[in-house]
Amino acid sequence: MSELIKFVEEEYKDVRSKFPSFKAGDTINVHVKITEGNKERVQQFQGTVIQRKNPNTNGETFTVRKISNGIGVERIFPIIGPSIEKIEVLREGKVRRARLFYLRGRHGKAAKIKEKIRARK
Amino acid sequence: MSGIIGKKVGMTSIFSADGRNVACTLIEAGPCVVTQVKNVESDGYNAIQLAYGERKEKNTPKPLMGHFKKAGTTPKQKVVEFRDFRVEFEGQVDLGKTVKSEQVFVEGDFVDAIGTSKGKGFQGVVKRHGFAGVGGQTHGQHNRARHPGSIGACSWPSRVFKGMRMAGRTGGDRVKVINLRVLKIYPEKNLILVSGSVPGAKNSFVILEK
Repeated sequence: MSELIKFVEEEYKDVRSKFPSFKAGDTINVHVKITEGNKERVQQFQGTVIQRKNPNTNGETFTVRKISNGIGVERIFPIIGPSIEKIEVLREGKVRRARLFYLRGRHGKAAKIKEKIRARK
Repeated sequence: MSGIIGKKVGMTSIFSADGRNVACTLIEAGPCVVTQVKNVESDGYNAIQLAYGERKEKNTPKPLMGHFKKAGTTPKQKVVEFRDFRVEFEGQVDLGKTVKSEQVFVEGDFVDAIGTSKGKGFQGVVKRHGFAGVGGQTHGQHNRARHPGSIGACSWPSRVFKGMRMAGRTGGDRVKVINLRVLKIYPEKNLILVSGSVPGAKNSFVILEK
């Protein structure tokens, strides 16, 4: 990417750095601001991250998948968007690829992701 | 009409104040040098000639070199004439003076961008002229989904009319996109951020007009 585009995107660095780092396979809870008329409230969307697209650019998005009432639901969030209030990382997953589209065809135990075990500090 | 010459850097996106994701193009615009001033007395119309981008003297045509010498500047890559450069810039656009992007534009302006579109090679009528194709694979069709169909009648006129839209070389044309909003100006790096897309490849010349 051009250095000049990086220069322009620099001012969005703070927006990105206020979120914790997370990867595909992690279970996260996204707090989304929703405006209804002139009222604003916060909705939570909890699920597994299945991909992060266009990393480290203004166009970066991530996809969160969850099973809602037995139906798979995926939601795509722009990371620098003003609608995201907070991101919580609940569980780190141990996965072998960056895009977990194989989860789409699976349900139940087959769609389970192993937890990453970290050494105690 | 006032304007400036620049170079397309690439695209990015920013969020507007009302929370919408806006695709935008970054243009490295100016600084340009005024290499000729035309007026009604000598040329029959008012215009100024701007030049942008460096090039070597050995690659510069001699007649053009004369323009640069008169303006007291180094040889430039791209030379464009702007007719009736706005009166408010009087004094700022004399021969040899430098024109910068922040002099010409302010944030929130609507500008037109002119560029040379990317070459697409030999293309069929669907891509080149937006024909709809045949529409389906049934009713006896099997090998003509993207064909143009009939190009004329029979014994009269016994020929194909001139200008009939057909397949051929596509792209590489001068294209003007109107009413792009100037979102931001970075004077220290000579950058302009405009909303929407601009014709042409990265590093190709773009003319911005107001």
